Amino acid sequence: MGDISHMGRLRFEGPGAEEFLAGLLTRRVGDIRLGQIRYSLITNEQGGILDDVLTGYYHNEVGQPFYLVVVNAANRDKIVRWIAKHLPAERAERRGKEVLWTDVTRLWAMFAIQGPRAAEILQPLVDVDLGSMRYYNGALVRILHPAARRQGGIISRTGYTGEDGFELAVGASIATGVWEAILEQGKPYGLVPTGIGARDTLRLEAGMPLYGHELTEEVNPFQAGLGYVCYLTGVDFPGRDALRELERQPPQWARVGLELAGRRIARFQAPVLAGPQRVGWVTSGTFSPSLQRSIAMAYVRPQFAAVGTELQVDIRGRPESARVVPLPFYRRNVKGMPS
Amino acid sequence: MNPEELLFTPTHEWIHVQTAPDGQKIGTVGISAYALEALTDLVFLELPPVGQRVQAGQPFGEIESVKAVSDLYSPVDGEVVEVNAAAASDLEHLADDPYGRGWLIRVRITDDANLANLLDYAAYQKQCQEELKDQ
Repeated sequence: MGDISHMGRLRFEGPGAEEFLAGLLTRRVGDIRLGQIRYSLITNEQGGILDDVLTGYYHNEVGQPFYLVVVNAANRDKIVRWIAKHLPAERAERRGKEVLWTDVTRLWAMFAIQGPRAAEILQPLVDVDLGSMRYYNGALVRILHPAARRQGGIISRTGYTGEDGFELAVGASIATGVWEAILEQGKPYGLVPTGIGARDTLRLEAGMPLYGHELTEEVNPFQAGLGYVCYLTGVDFPGRDALRELERQPPQWARVGLELAGRRIARFQAPVLAGPQRVGWVTSGTFSPSLQRSIAMAYVRPQFAAVGTELQVDIRGRPESARVVPLPFYRRNVKGMPS
Repeated sequence: MNPEELLFTPTHEWIHVQTAPDGQKIGTVGISAYALEALTDLVFLELPPVGQRVQAGQPFGEIESVKAVSDLYSPVDGEVVEVNAAAASDLEHLADDPYGRGWLIRVRITDDANLANLLDYAAYQKQCQEELKDQ
């Protein structure tokens, strides 16, 4: 269980919310079903990645629809400015197409409860059937514990670990009590609090990209292996035309998984070599506890991206043998997710 | 070894100096319990070969954990006469006994002038407490 309250949470409502978000995100918004969550990107005019975000569609307590967009903590200010730029007052107040948006980051806390027993642990604390909730779906719930003081929250079957699990957003005023209640509930199951370091290890084993490492404004979605989240034939959004162009061009870089022969860790920005030639750079690396091996993700020139290619990583001046391996490094059995 | 009888570098190495029957000074060098705790899960340890010259304040090896990688600095000038290969192959247990079975190298000391610059246990503990306060 981890505290992920640092992530940015932006709430959009009003009759123009769907149209506005469709013109901002790289994926369709109009066909997100109630309770569904969709992974997508926000790109700049050049097709560079500004952020990767999750968009959920819900109805509030009185049946009014709203979208919850969860953005990376480090990108929150940038994305808030980007939205403000694309949603000036005259646009937000257009009659019949009004958009009301609120940065609720600091009003809410958010916890990730991840692992194969997460549903069992959380079930007694919420009033929806978690067993039937599919991966990348969520719901407004009542929290069945006195610490929640009759308040609700939003629970979703999402996470950044590659493992089954849930993320729960609750009001900041009840956050500490709810955290304690979940921890208490999970004790018999072995639930322990973990930090961002553990989460980073898990997402890396699961081959998931991290903004600032695998994803930056200098990287385009096709290089990142995220072309599949760019819907280029529908509603226009910033960067769409540039992406159409980029899609046609041969890629400059490819995101790959590397497995190192030795135990040293290939860290962020370490050069990737093919003999004397520099052919890329490491974006994330760690020692995988699941595989007991040193693993890394990297961008390399496409001709060196084939699985099985033997490369080297320059680790503090010494080349270490590395081999291109398929991503993810490690695949767990996640409900509702193709394995 | 009792840590109170050791000398410490500000970079968290310890040394225990003994005089051999032939009068040569031999220093046993390791890394402190505090440093091992801060590094957490160790993944890699690189030690020099026997015969390598080491210099006070200069790196003689490297220790890496999931969190960080750090050079190991020699507390004295000398020559490596023994290396604890078992420590490098059993990193999980290095922190169990950092002042005993977790020693790293033994050095025949050629110049012990730097010993005067090292910290005794009390002074080292104080430094560690101040580091913790700054975090």
